[in-house]
Amino acid sequence: MRASLAVIGEMVRKEFYQIRQDRRMLAVSVVAPFVMVLLLGYAATTDITNSTLAVCDMDRTAASRAFVRNFTNTTYFIGRYAVDDPAALNPLVEEGKANIALVIPDGFSRKQLAGETAQVQVILDGTDANTANILLGYAQQIVASYAQGVTAQYLPLLGAARVGRIVPEPRIWFNPDLLSAYYMVPGVVALVLMIITMTLTSLGIVKEKEIGTLEQLMVTPIRSFELILGKLLPFTVIGFVDVVIVLAIARFWFGVPMVGAVPLVFALSALFILTTLGLGLFISTVARSQQQAMLIAQFFFFMPFLFLSGFAFPIANMPRVIQWVTYIIPLRYFLEIVRGVFLKGSGLAELWAQALALLAIGATILTLSVLRFHKTLE
Amino acid sequence: MTFPLRPLKPIIVKELRQVRRDPTSLGMLLVLPAAIIILVGYALNFDVKHTPMVIFDQDGTPGSRAFLDKFRHTEYFDERYDARSYPEIEELFLRGRAKIAIVVPAEFASRLVAGEEVHVQILVDGADANTAGQAVATATRLTADYATRLVADAFALRGGAFPVPIDFQPRIWYNPDLISSKFLVPGLIGFIIVLTAVISTSLTVVREKERGTMEQLMVSPLRPVEIILGKTIPYLGISLIAASAILVLGYLLFGVEVRGSILFLYGAITMIILGGLGQGLLISTVTDSQQVAFMISVFSSLLPSFLLSGFIFPIATMPVVLQVVSNLAVNKFFLIVVRSVMLKGVSFTAVWQPFASMAAFAAVTLGLSALRMRKRSA
Repeated sequence: MRASLAVIGEMVRKEFYQIRQDRRMLAVSVVAPFVMVLLLGYAATTDITNSTLAVCDMDRTAASRAFVRNFTNTTYFIGRYAVDDPAALNPLVEEGKANIALVIPDGFSRKQLAGETAQVQVILDGTDANTANILLGYAQQIVASYAQGVTAQYLPLLGAARVGRIVPEPRIWFNPDLLSAYYMVPGVVALVLMIITMTLTSLGIVKEKEIGTLEQLMVTPIRSFELILGKLLPFTVIGFVDVVIVLAIARFWFGVPMVGAVPLVFALSALFILTTLGLGLFISTVARSQQQAMLIAQFFFFMPFLFLSGFAFPIANMPRVIQWVTYIIPLRYFLEIVRGVFLKGSGLAELWAQALALLAIGATILTLSVLRFHKTLE
Repeated sequence: MTFPLRPLKPIIVKELRQVRRDPTSLGMLLVLPAAIIILVGYALNFDVKHTPMVIFDQDGTPGSRAFLDKFRHTEYFDERYDARSYPEIEELFLRGRAKIAIVVPAEFASRLVAGEEVHVQILVDGADANTAGQAVATATRLTADYATRLVADAFALRGGAFPVPIDFQPRIWYNPDLISSKFLVPGLIGFIIVLTAVISTSLTVVREKERGTMEQLMVSPLRPVEIILGKTIPYLGISLIAASAILVLGYLLFGVEVRGSILFLYGAITMIILGGLGQGLLISTVTDSQQVAFMISVFSSLLPSFLLSGFIFPIATMPVVLQVVSNLAVNKFFLIVVRSVMLKGVSFTAVWQPFASMAAFAAVTLGLSALRMRKRSA
């Protein structure tokens, strides 16, 4: 055992020496996470506020103006254009000057007073299906609330048969201002961490394979688990330095609230890094060249993880089969952990399942890779 | 300067031979883009539907159940739990089992009949701001709709008809059903092409540098421009095939058709491929090891084309500084052009500016790479 530790110690020393030699590599693995989190923390925002509204009010009554105010009084819409001819709305929407357009036909107020149904039209550019969907949802809500208000005015006419009002009272927990940065920044943190650690490991080992120095190591009395541990430990250290950097940016630059325990994040990051290093090692056993390693990493891991982990697309919306697939994606669990601890103050009591899943995936992939690693060298 | 085509032939042949000798990589470059499009097209959509819901019915009368049925019978919410207390809801939120809770107060039905005001709480897990915002809007709308209906029913009971006051008619252009894949597929073409282009070239020059074969190329009578072109053209062919596969699959599987000119679309695809190849070559000429080249290409292509290009997150909602930075993601311009051509069917005159930006990006990156090559050879 002691001999083993000494061997691993030597390996680690050698690796660190190599890393120190490759200054650019070191710079990239420390500076890139910094820049990426800083930049992409701002980019990954889904806040739809201050969308520009164009209105064609052909009714021109107090009622129609009050209706429009229901839109402009929210943070979602700003009234930007008012036109007289509905045809004038088309170019505004087409060129993207107005995100949404409202047409209030003549007779809007008269029909309501007569107890008839008044039509209101809204025009959206559906090219960006996501934004259009959100804007449509807000518009529908505003119209429904307005309609409820109108009906309430007629309640006295009912006389003895009375109907009460239902008031919806939304309360938002954990992120009352609904800032998407609080959700996305921890996600970017996890993403950057994954990319750095997986790249370092997979290419680091394939490179030695390409140059032929891996064979040299193999003919020494070093056993393969010592070799692997010696290779992985330095990357773990770099990974942890990155964890500290990116978490600090999230907390202090973006002000993401840290409700839960910081040590818990670090402990669970270790589990996550276990899985990414395992995957990196696995790639290195499959790839024959660095280019192959890069292709495999990007197409089999980064891209599917990006799409299926719940980073940007809610898993609940995916088809059932795909939802099952997400269970083998470590990033999925780490995202739940980081977001849970940061925003909700979740502890191990809530997150044990995710932690266990990471541990299981990490153990499996590492064992598998070590076995393959052994074979590829024989 | 003239571009004699004859000297290009040997280097193209050489590159092609190298590509052929690594059939694994070639296969991945051709097949994986198609695989990703199938996965993403099926798996992803932005609709916030099937949000896991918990119901806390403190009234437990037919009246309260009729109200809650409004929430049960939509695709927006999936009733997962019945809670009996607030701590139970909090527990479910913390564990991520439910994202929205509808709390109906005691005496809901009786107070409504008595004509009193009733408050219904809509509790939302705000961690995911996007989902939460839309869920609140939907729940508020359902509540308002139900209240309006109640009044109309009361009138109907007394023999008087009371129509719903407002008929809301959304008109959505270009993508009337707001199908996410129509938005995502054109974006994916750009995303995947940039990635494959950058990957396939970013390692080529640096690999030759590492192996020392670059010197051999340098002492040959080839000019830097010719080397760059020779390295670009084979991959241009591969990427064009991959892009065509995506277009065909997008049409066959997801019904994403091309409304505009196919010729123009291919022009745009060629431009983005050249831009991606240029970016990759530039990375390759400025780095000294494949590891660094890979890191830089991941951080300059994968994450920016995903987060900064408007692929998922609208550029208009980003801070101004970042909107400026987003011009460095060549994918941004491609997305504008391709979404316009595929979904809106616009002509060249409407999108010549982003088209020109792509051309400029390609010219600058390819030109800089050639310059860097010349310097090395000098």
